[in-house]
Amino acid sequence: MTPTPMVEIASMIAWINRYADRISEHQAWLTALDAEIGDADHGINMQRGFEEVRMRLAHEHVDDLGVLFKGIGMTLLSKVGGASGPLYGTLFLRMGMVAAGKQTLTPVEFANAVAAGVEGIRQRGSARPGDKTMVDALMPAIIALHQALDDGATLCAALQAAAAAAEAGMKATIPMQAYKGRASYLGPRSIGHQDPGATSAFLLVQSAAESLCAAEHNSD
Amino acid sequence: MKKLINNPAIVVEEALSGMAHAYPHLLRVNFCPNYIVRADAPRRGKVAVIAGGGSGHEPMHGGFVGLGMLDAACPGPIFTSPSPDQILAAAAAVDGGAGLLFIVKNYTGDVLNFAIAAEECQLAGVPVQTVLIHDDVAVEDSLYTAGRRGVGVTVLAEKICGAAAEAGASLEEVAAIGRKVSEQGRSMGVALTSCIVPAVGRPTFVLPDDEMEIGIGIHGEPGRRRAPLQSADAITDILATTIFDDLPFTRGSRVIALVNGMGGTPLMELYIIFRRLAELCEERDITISRNLIGNYITALEMAGCSLTLLAVDDELLHWWDAPVHTPALRW
Repeated sequence: MTPTPMVEIASMIAWINRYADRISEHQAWLTALDAEIGDADHGINMQRGFEEVRMRLAHEHVDDLGVLFKGIGMTLLSKVGGASGPLYGTLFLRMGMVAAGKQTLTPVEFANAVAAGVEGIRQRGSARPGDKTMVDALMPAIIALHQALDDGATLCAALQAAAAAAEAGMKATIPMQAYKGRASYLGPRSIGHQDPGATSAFLLVQSAAESLCAAEHNSD
Repeated sequence: MKKLINNPAIVVEEALSGMAHAYPHLLRVNFCPNYIVRADAPRRGKVAVIAGGGSGHEPMHGGFVGLGMLDAACPGPIFTSPSPDQILAAAAAVDGGAGLLFIVKNYTGDVLNFAIAAEECQLAGVPVQTVLIHDDVAVEDSLYTAGRRGVGVTVLAEKICGAAAEAGASLEEVAAIGRKVSEQGRSMGVALTSCIVPAVGRPTFVLPDDEMEIGIGIHGEPGRRRAPLQSADAITDILATTIFDDLPFTRGSRVIALVNGMGGTPLMELYIIFRRLAELCEERDITISRNLIGNYITALEMAGCSLTLLAVDDELLHWWDAPVHTPALRW
């Protein structure tokens, strides 16, 4: 039996850098989605925040996953602004609390850390599934991730399942009426538009699948 | 995009730098993190009144820093809330030992960032009270929205709380006055054009020449409904009656009326709006005890206006009339 592959600092940094790439590629798209039901700044804000994260990761040596995640969270809090800064910041701060003092995580520990982060987002934003927010992409992703790992999937396969669930959750926000965030001011006029926060959240999960699958293949 | 700017990436910083040059006797500007504090901060023994929000609403909030109003303003990027570290740095610069009052407009981002900053202050032993401004009657106030947005009442709350704090009121007293203002004020706005976020370069929404957007916020976000453009009187009737219906501005009430331009509307048109508002108030036997007419809480170059009515008593009028000396409001 092969040992369970571990989630390492290098693969987490690869994930975040991959996400920074994805945000840059899709900046205009995220901003355009936000222009439809928000205030046209989501892509701009996320790009500003994650470029800062990318720069800091390139210059700082970290040997503790808790420190790594906390640093990412604090950077997002200070650089993203809006609602996304506190929400994505809270995701990584909570992951940092779970991973404190560790250099590696098992896939299940990693899933638990992400789940703690998503719970933090839910508490901070008091959003429920169906409110047309990032929670609508993240909750199904967490459920799929745990389910796949319980079924014995590799982390790569489990994250692919999570990304598929996040994508479905993102698309499911289109027919929803927004009950949280700036889009809720539109009432029924928010129906028919994909939520920008759910979209950037899907990209985060997709980036995790892409980068960790690459790491898994490299270690074979 | 036609704007008097140099580089979309640094419009906030260049505007702050301009304010620093214009008002050295009134305020100090800090960069990285960005905040504005009154020139004589910190004032020992005085409650520090702190507000903040996205930039693009000038003169709010930075234009209201000074004697009798704000101790500090935290300008975020255009239409984007300030971050907790920004708020904490501003708070540290103005903390006079009598506590901090945060005046927060009800937008998800502003609420979250100020909440995180308030938690940090409390952990450090600095008492903080938050007054949430949520006066926009265009938004249905229910469990199914983020709640009403904070708009015009913010200006009135900053003036009134600032006056009470200047006179030495305690944190609890200033907060109670702020909550009274928040409860007794209502606003609603209309847009004739959209606005252009410099980093985006295109109008946030497209509004045909013969249409208006009723119930807009202050970020270029679309409103509740779109309608054919009407006369100034008809528009004033729509905005004012919605406000009248929401709060018991009963016969005999006294109000402060704010007719606010969204940034791209001439003062002349605001006077035309005020003319009709005065008629409507007179018909209802509502006395406009004080008024404020001009661009105070804007959305970049958006054309349009918002109306705000605040029901007042002698106490609120007393604080309203107290001296104020800031870049944008002084008497």
